[in-house]
Amino acid sequence: MAILTKEEAKQIIDKVLSYATADETEVSIGGGRTGNIRYARNTVNTSGETNSISLSITSVFGKKSGSTSINELDDESLKKAVARAEEIAKLAPENPEYMPMLGPQEYIETNTFSESTDKINPDYRAQVAIDSIKPCADNNLTAAGYLEDFSGFNASGNSKGLFGYNKRTSVDFTVTVRTADGTGSGYSGSDYNDVNLLKSGPVTALAVQKAQASVNAQAIEPGKYTVILEPRAASDLLGRLTFGLDARSADEGRSFMSKKGGGTRIGEKIFDERVNIYSDPTHPDIPVAPWSGDGLPLEKTKWVENGVVKNLFYSRYWAEKQGVEAVPRPRGVIFEGGDQSLADMIKSTERGVLVTRFWYIRAVDPQTLLFTGLTRDGTFYIENGQIKFPVKNFRFNESPIIMLNNIEAMGKPQRVDGSMVPPMKIRDFTFTSLSDAV
Amino acid sequence: MKRRDFIHLSGMGLGALMTPGMLAMGNPVTAERLMEPGIDAAAKKVLADIALNAAKAKGATYTDVRIGRYLNQFVITREKNVQNITNAESFGVGIRVIAEGTWGFSATSDVTPDGIKACAETAVAIAKANSKLQNEPVQLAPVQGAGEVTWQTPIKKNAFEVPVKDKIDLLLSANDAALQNGAAFVNSALFMVNEQKYFASTDGSYIDQDVHRIWPNFTVTALNKAEGNFRSRQALSAPMGMGFEYLDGLASEKIPGPAGLVSYRNSYDLIEDATMAAKQAVEKLSAKSVVPGKYDLVLDPDHLGLTIHESVGHPLELDRVLGYEANYAGTSFATLDKWKTGDFKYGSDKVNIFADKTQPHSLGYVAYDDEGVKTKEWDLIKDGVLVNYQAIRDQVSILGENESHGCCYADSWESVQFQRMANISLRPGTEKLSVNDMIKDVEKGVYIVGRGSYSIDQQRYNFQFGGQLFYEIKNGEIAGMLEDVAYQSNTQEFWNSCSQICDKDDYKLFGSFFDGKGQPSQVSAVSHGSSTTRFDGVNVINTGRKI
Repeated sequence: MAILTKEEAKQIIDKVLSYATADETEVSIGGGRTGNIRYARNTVNTSGETNSISLSITSVFGKKSGSTSINELDDESLKKAVARAEEIAKLAPENPEYMPMLGPQEYIETNTFSESTDKINPDYRAQVAIDSIKPCADNNLTAAGYLEDFSGFNASGNSKGLFGYNKRTSVDFTVTVRTADGTGSGYSGSDYNDVNLLKSGPVTALAVQKAQASVNAQAIEPGKYTVILEPRAASDLLGRLTFGLDARSADEGRSFMSKKGGGTRIGEKIFDERVNIYSDPTHPDIPVAPWSGDGLPLEKTKWVENGVVKNLFYSRYWAEKQGVEAVPRPRGVIFEGGDQSLADMIKSTERGVLVTRFWYIRAVDPQTLLFTGLTRDGTFYIENGQIKFPVKNFRFNESPIIMLNNIEAMGKPQRVDGSMVPPMKIRDFTFTSLSDAV
Repeated sequence: MKRRDFIHLSGMGLGALMTPGMLAMGNPVTAERLMEPGIDAAAKKVLADIALNAAKAKGATYTDVRIGRYLNQFVITREKNVQNITNAESFGVGIRVIAEGTWGFSATSDVTPDGIKACAETAVAIAKANSKLQNEPVQLAPVQGAGEVTWQTPIKKNAFEVPVKDKIDLLLSANDAALQNGAAFVNSALFMVNEQKYFASTDGSYIDQDVHRIWPNFTVTALNKAEGNFRSRQALSAPMGMGFEYLDGLASEKIPGPAGLVSYRNSYDLIEDATMAAKQAVEKLSAKSVVPGKYDLVLDPDHLGLTIHESVGHPLELDRVLGYEANYAGTSFATLDKWKTGDFKYGSDKVNIFADKTQPHSLGYVAYDDEGVKTKEWDLIKDGVLVNYQAIRDQVSILGENESHGCCYADSWESVQFQRMANISLRPGTEKLSVNDMIKDVEKGVYIVGRGSYSIDQQRYNFQFGGQLFYEIKNGEIAGMLEDVAYQSNTQEFWNSCSQICDKDDYKLFGSFFDGKGQPSQVSAVSHGSSTTRFDGVNVINTGRKI
């Protein structure tokens, strides 16, 4: 019941708009099914499924806006909701940064929906859990994992004629496997739009392999190391870089993208020339809904080209104030990589550390984009081109800006949490202390 | 926006990242709606009994029902402008059952007899389905039925009854004070929460609770445009289990500290703090960069609270110790075998850490937890030795106890309740000792105030903390401001280096408003009390970099 067709959604939005008396009105409707299963200690703890639909209305008088949302779609409820949004708007203070709503937009079609993911049911989820738990239980290992799937839609329309509709599915599976004595831990995960691509067995098998290989980790001195970051580890840090590419804070002088003396660093080469970062809502591996939060169409956008910053996000308000085109924030980004495999990178490393993932990453200094955090669930010492032994986890203090100037090699990008990120070999990565955590 | 994304953002600090429209948790309503009463207790009892009976009829051996109305109001400003005002209401019922030895949970916003009956039946069906997949039947510690009781956070001014205009005026006055004193930017906000929770269970409890929390906060930023530098200072307020009276700024609740600093106990002066923050943010721009090395740390309660939270609160949650959070938040170094020895030295003899849900003004303060257990205070670390954990009804048997600790919580009617952190606090020193007295004895140290960057490993051994303000201590005196300071340590080593704790006159609560845990993630609010405390020979690193 929860997924409305484009026509059904448009009909409801038009009905709501017909009840409106405000200067401008925007209506969004979204819904779908979210399902999950969670297990730990080799047993299922919780599983559930929620179907929901929600309609939200934003009414604007001058520069005063008010919003409300409801879960019922009958005429009477819709009329009441419009009246409530308008009442809230009239009571609101003026927002000097309010931008008039957009007129009709051209949105490109993106392939975000999978019939297979839409058909996921409790039996499928239980089977994923059982298939993950069994090989662990059989080998004196302990599995803890989580599967979450979504199938739903979003539609938006406004009183100026804008309308957009998108159907989307997603599935996200992660698992941590620990040895019974607690001396080894491994992690793996995958996320897709299409559940047919999810091979939960191999995902668990990789976590098992990492858990077993990480038993009895040895301590090595912290310091500067060449690191090989698996895509998930690279993504953990690079995602925080792209999140901060905001023009306004840069213009205001309070960002790592601020230029000494004023302005932004757009046009400056601040990374290794092999660094290319872009977003593309139609990318076949990470398709997303084709509009941003403020209704602007998403299109292919270059953020960093050959190490040079090409674009920052400009909200519509800030773009107008600065006299430039608005640039919407992307929903997922693609870090271009290279042609080396993980094995190639290990083979060419005289002395280094292989990192599966990072954990508890927090900003230390926004001025330099310095982050701290720790390695987790599979950290290994490499010597003379071979993995020698597991090592104790490290705390790092490092900036992705410095990291992207110390690239040795990159591999083929893989999907991690909705972005495409390559494995990366980085020199002089700063580990500042050891952790006993497994 | 998903709630966990919001947590992620708020964890990065209020400020430039917080944009309008991010904060609605529930359905937006008018401010007036937040003052209207919900349905009365008698009507809720009728609805709750429908759930209890429906679940029993389908084979449940235990049932609890939570009819919840969750209200919040967020007022957000920057400089001279209001950015956003959100008034939100969320109303529904969550029903948890045990059938065939297994938990089942279902929730609905259809709070009608038919809706509740169907929801209870779904919960039982889920429990029965899940029973095929689990191998640890639930063992519930007994609870004495409470009968029909009501409780309210002892507030003096309901924050929702204060006109929105007054809140805006207060925030904009604080912003103005900061701008007048050298700030280039100010983001400020007031978060106000009211949980109207009705709990009923087959143990014979009908508990109606009205819980209030408030958090005023800001980030002030100063710039050196020529050098391209910026520095921020966040508010030294604490989120509290109080009403709007927290913002009265009573002189009697101010604790004067070294270097002209003021610590606020149960009453906060927003404008005074914003004024000082601006001056201090400017001072930070030219403060001396710390020389890395070993220092004695003097940690203010506004800072130490977060260290307690991360290095004591989380590792002593029994579900983490047992491995239930292994795939997300992690496990714990404080394993049961260490506890069973009876002499595991978590900290020095001076360290006495207790858990409670009963401290007045604390975020965790309630009369009953979310599974109907009367709340209490209990020791976790006594004279430095690990003595207990935090556990709820289906866990305490593992500890050989037959009474839950009363720290079960759900962040919404639609979330299933589980073990959450209670207030975790460090007992003050028993001998008279002020902060100034403590500093007098430190030869080479750093005095740290306010919460800054924080990170700890998944078993809670290795951590790194920053702060808001750092002052060098040389030969017993404050010798000026420092920057680029973070300390790294190991939990057991750190707490064993605790050498002095100020007395009760310095004791105050720190709070965490949006603590995240679980999959799907839930938030919880929790306080941490302490007095200023000294730790000897801790490793301080310099976090300054050139890019």
